[in-house]
Amino acid sequence: MSESTQTKEEWVPKGDLQEIKDPEWLLREAPRKTEFITGSEAAREAIRRANVDIAISYPITPQSETMQQAGYLFDEGYIKEYYRGEEEIGVMSAIGGSSRAGVRSLTATSGPGLMRGMEAISSWPGARTPLVLMNMCRVINTPLAIQPDNIEISFLLNTGILHAHAENQQDFFDYSLAAFMVSEEVDVTLPAVVSVDGFFVTHARGQVSMFDEKYKLPPRDGWRNAVPSMDNENPPARISRDAPIQKSNFISYHMHAAWQQEVFAAVERSAKYWRKYIGDLIEVVNPDAEEFVVSSGACVSQAREAVRQEGEKGRKVGLVKIKTIRPWPHKELIAALKNAKRIFVPEFNQAGWLHKELCSTLYGKITADIVPGPRVYGGMTMPTEMVLEWLAKFRK
Amino acid sequence: MSLETVRPSPGYEDILPIEYRDLVKHGQYGRDVKVSEMGKFKELIEEHPMCAGCAMTLFIRLTMMALPNPEHTINVGTAGCGRLAISQANIPFIYGNYGDTNSVASGLKRGLKLRFPNQFKDVVVMAGDGGLIDIGFQGLMHSWFRQEKFTTIMLDNEVYGNTGGQESGMTLKGQILKMAPRGKEVDKIDALSLAKVAGCAYIAQIAPTNPSRVMRTIRRAVLIAREIGPTYIQAYTSCNIEYAIPTPDVMQDAFDVEKERYGFEEIMSDEAKAYITEVEKKQKELAKAKAKK
Repeated sequence: MSESTQTKEEWVPKGDLQEIKDPEWLLREAPRKTEFITGSEAAREAIRRANVDIAISYPITPQSETMQQAGYLFDEGYIKEYYRGEEEIGVMSAIGGSSRAGVRSLTATSGPGLMRGMEAISSWPGARTPLVLMNMCRVINTPLAIQPDNIEISFLLNTGILHAHAENQQDFFDYSLAAFMVSEEVDVTLPAVVSVDGFFVTHARGQVSMFDEKYKLPPRDGWRNAVPSMDNENPPARISRDAPIQKSNFISYHMHAAWQQEVFAAVERSAKYWRKYIGDLIEVVNPDAEEFVVSSGACVSQAREAVRQEGEKGRKVGLVKIKTIRPWPHKELIAALKNAKRIFVPEFNQAGWLHKELCSTLYGKITADIVPGPRVYGGMTMPTEMVLEWLAKFRK
Repeated sequence: MSLETVRPSPGYEDILPIEYRDLVKHGQYGRDVKVSEMGKFKELIEEHPMCAGCAMTLFIRLTMMALPNPEHTINVGTAGCGRLAISQANIPFIYGNYGDTNSVASGLKRGLKLRFPNQFKDVVVMAGDGGLIDIGFQGLMHSWFRQEKFTTIMLDNEVYGNTGGQESGMTLKGQILKMAPRGKEVDKIDALSLAKVAGCAYIAQIAPTNPSRVMRTIRRAVLIAREIGPTYIQAYTSCNIEYAIPTPDVMQDAFDVEKERYGFEEIMSDEAKAYITEVEKKQKELAKAKAKK
């Protein structure tokens, strides 16, 4: 461990000086102070308080500074182990390895890096590895770009990974801390991704209210998992913990099927824990409106402003912010939108994954027209005017 | 896992399968077994679906017997023939994605060190030549460069056996195999030299001709990886199916190949040598003292 910032004699891991507190108290009740910081800094402050055992990093371009900030936290003793991996397949595999060892594990990436590590990432849920991946959304090549766009979220939708989508710096702080706790619950035992829209949030400053850095989350308990840690602390049995698909036969088909069902059931079970730490899975503004804007991530902020401006003009437009993409808030969405006549789904990607998700939930349940847009992608910012224009256009 | 965890509570003993009771009573836990005891004790691995006459299976059996602390060992593997047997052992086995073994093992080993600071947890990667030198190359090399403290064993059958006989980076030049219809165009990768350059503390090339030597080599590699740095064993474990070696001739082939081009080699750093000499000296003294009693 490096002693670069303190002399050897003085060096005490700062994490050891923090006090462990109940996570629900920390996230919902503890007194907070507000600072004006970037999304990456909000991530750093969440990591500082998250009692992380190991962080494994890779500086892919486009990069946010989060994982190098994690390096500084390691140097100060807030994280116990840290290294730079060879590339994302290596990092995502290694973090799966450390999670199997039963320690709290963290990494971060963005679009292209996520795609590179995708084989390892998509195998985390089946291996039942609680860990947190912070994802600063970026364009997926080609053509080469380093701009924000959250198309990569669509590739994670059907993996069995828990997934929260932060609107702003504040959410990024809160959701990341919550993600550690949710992912490690025994009846969940799944990896969690916290996505945030790159640049707009990671590189921009916002007000973030945070509980005192003298507190931290309780540590991961490596004995509490849905499946045993790979620590050889259980009596031996001739079975590999990872889904034991050896040969093609009906037993292996059934095992694989049952295993997958259980993974996706665990995603649903996680909802109660998300609610405990971050409140309802959706936020609703103007619930009795007939026109709604439904969105997730940074798009919510533009939609929020559009709703405010419409309000100034005396027009009531509703807003639904989706906090968790997985678990997907089916029932909440149907309930919130049951009286809607028209729904807009602004998104920062070309494919419109959120629109598709929403349509499949609302199909046959409500009669509203679900408008596929507005959308921007490739790095563009969505102006509030664009949301307002779409609202006006469809009113005609 | 302490050995106490292995032993069932007396009240439960009779309801446990006989397999398990045999493992506890007649297994290798808590003692070093010798090759001469094969067949006389309950091995960590018994049943497996490997092909008849497979040299790799013999090597894997010997590896399991040689593990200094099987109750504190975790095996890591990947797709390939070997995992069909490795996963049947009484040792937790991570069957990861293609070629991810050494990355997974890096995270695992560091995690275990954090969680069990006062207990060595041995991590042993056992994967095929394709899994390590082709698809797993980057993870393999970087785990060595980073000086990750675990053992890597290459089960080198010089072919992709499990997928039906395609050439690998470890196939000899000129060999005709699937995906090398005109014979392999380039040389067998010199993985031993790569291990040297990358700074492995202990490197060995071996064929399964001398079981005692195999066991000593494995033991050395695992012990050195605990204290000194990465260790690498490259074992010739022929594929009698893809290379059409008649089953009764598998061992003869191993002797022939060993003599011709796969002779026993052992390379270790000065530090590793000093360490293992000391460890083995102590073990001998202990054995002597035991014998006197």
